[in-house]
Amino acid sequence: MLEVKNLKVNRGGTNILKAVSLSIKEGETHILMGPNGSGKSTLANALLGNPLYTVAGGKILLDKMPLVKLSPDKRAKLGLFLAFQYPVEVEGVSMRSFLRTVYIELKKSGENFNKNLVESLKLLNINENFMGRALNFGFSGGEKKKSEILQLALFSPKYAILDETDSGLDVASLRTVAEGISALKKTNPKLGILMITHNPRILKYLNADVVHIMFQGKIIKSGNAALVKEVEEKGYGDTKSKLIMMNSERIG
Amino acid sequence: MENFKADNYKYGFSYPEKPAYKLEKGLNEDTVKGISRIKNEPLWMLSYRLRAYKTFLSKKLPLWGADLSGLNFNDLYYYLKPYQSNADTWESLPKDIKETYDRIGIPDAEQRYLAGVKAQYDSEIVYGSLLAELKKKGVIFLSMEEGLRKHPKIVREYFGKAIPASDNKFSALNSAVWSGGSFIYIPKNVKVELPLQAYFRINAKKMGQFERTLIIADEGSFVSYIEGCTAPIYSQDSLHAAVVEIFVKKNARVRYSTVQNWSRNVYNLVTKRAFVYEDAVMEWVDGNLGSKITMKYPSVYLMEKGARGVILSMALAGKNQFLDAGGKAVHLAENTSSQIISKSISKNGGGSNYRGLVKVCANAKNCKSSVVCDGLILDKKSYTNTFPVMDVAGKNAQVAHEASVGRVDEEQLFYLTSRGISEQEAVNMLVNGFIEPIAKEFPMEYALELNSLIALEMEGGVNA
Repeated sequence: MLEVKNLKVNRGGTNILKAVSLSIKEGETHILMGPNGSGKSTLANALLGNPLYTVAGGKILLDKMPLVKLSPDKRAKLGLFLAFQYPVEVEGVSMRSFLRTVYIELKKSGENFNKNLVESLKLLNINENFMGRALNFGFSGGEKKKSEILQLALFSPKYAILDETDSGLDVASLRTVAEGISALKKTNPKLGILMITHNPRILKYLNADVVHIMFQGKIIKSGNAALVKEVEEKGYGDTKSKLIMMNSERIG
Repeated sequence: MENFKADNYKYGFSYPEKPAYKLEKGLNEDTVKGISRIKNEPLWMLSYRLRAYKTFLSKKLPLWGADLSGLNFNDLYYYLKPYQSNADTWESLPKDIKETYDRIGIPDAEQRYLAGVKAQYDSEIVYGSLLAELKKKGVIFLSMEEGLRKHPKIVREYFGKAIPASDNKFSALNSAVWSGGSFIYIPKNVKVELPLQAYFRINAKKMGQFERTLIIADEGSFVSYIEGCTAPIYSQDSLHAAVVEIFVKKNARVRYSTVQNWSRNVYNLVTKRAFVYEDAVMEWVDGNLGSKITMKYPSVYLMEKGARGVILSMALAGKNQFLDAGGKAVHLAENTSSQIISKSISKNGGGSNYRGLVKVCANAKNCKSSVVCDGLILDKKSYTNTFPVMDVAGKNAQVAHEASVGRVDEEQLFYLTSRGISEQEAVNMLVNGFIEPIAKEFPMEYALELNSLIALEMEGGVNA
């Protein structure tokens, strides 16, 4: 189980997350929605330990193991993965050597690397010559997102945070990425997912167990997939969000 | 952390000195005469040396670049012959010397992918080899002394013609006391597919090594030449002041790659220059990891139309190191082109500079030159600077220059570490990525060696 308890996070001296709590059980898919600037990406970064973000209070537990004091690489080794909203480009480091280095780091051996890589490429319909290119370097938006999901498939973490993996994609790419994620889910049913999204369309491909609405650094409402519909109809523009907030049960 | 450099330097070992002959310490006219006498040289070479010695005395230390005030010319040995003869099998070398090259891996590399080897130990080439089929084609790969003996006309025609003794204080010094180095001639239209390798090893304390290399690539030929160098770690300084002259004739191509890995007590002050003729190509691929101080700017003089020069320079400066490297491209004819790429990394208080010149002479029309120099600083104690000079007089020249200096990108670091790679390894990965455009130009085995040397250098932490 991935548990976030009363998590408070600052960036550059500003308090962004104000006591956020949620817990994701093995195999569950959670959707996190909310307007821009509500703190969704901050949560994603804080979960992996981005040094630009400071945890001012609360806990993050992965299968009971406290993470807050651990460096990002240790969190990854415990089974946490973040698909970045804006994956960085690294010139001069080839995809293949990067994937292989990480694979060996996580699995303690390079065994089955090639086999798993070929399978993951196939699953996501990615051309093998992708591997000769530099890490995310000069990739289109869609290629970058595919690169993230490829890594998710290959590294097989326990819990994955997908930060707007579905945004900025054309319809065809969205479809590939979403189908990739749901195929992954099938091969690895224990994978827990926290999907940060603006886009209710993703739910055509993914069954959400829980939906959370974040607003001004807090989760103001959690519920089942029906909550997405509510957002779709009412939106969470400023005024409406406040309405939702007033009407919602406080969680955590 | 204090000594991690010494611990990480694989080649810091030494063997007791057992010289066959060693000149007394210090530098004077007798030193110069002594070296010439031992080598039994023609008179013209002795007078050349003596004139060069006078030039050396008259020249000041450079007023720019590194601080060389710690260099005491009279506290060095200028000539040490380690062994009586020049071997053509490794087995016939004295045990210490053979072991040294085994530990460096030269005999193994020779077996696997080299066309020929010259191994210099202190002042003399002690071992040489060249594939029989290349000998048959007329390829000459000798020590400079053998070259002078067997091909006196060619040597006299080219020696000191690209780099006169008076070029700078250290070319004058080399011209006065040179010993060892390679003499190479590649006949017309002969392509030497496998690289030739020279390996320079200093073993003795307070040693001055002054090898002299001359490469002549005749029309339409090709050769790839690689040099490596290492030395023991001593508390006293040594000096390496080489001169390398290359003549690339019409339509020929020469690639000269260096993996410089001197120990941290070596002053490395080297002059390298290539004259490049019609439609010929000269490529310098220069990797600098070691030494206390390096000043080295491999140059291309583009003599005739269509000549092209490429200078790829990489430097990694750590604690107590100052590497002032770069390149010079001088366009003397029309339609010539040059490219300089420099990547320097500074860490743990080290300093690395790019210093370069692009000169397009007035009669050189339609020339192209592009210079890219990037510096990467890994901590707050370290520093980097760029000194690019452009002097363009020729008409219709296209000269481009880009420079950047930066630190390790925090976002890249987080991306890599969030995948499970330690911060240390992530920095290594970024550093290797940074120099990749240059590392990939080395022959594969050397690129791997370079990467593993860099990984060793990086051990002990970014902020160590």
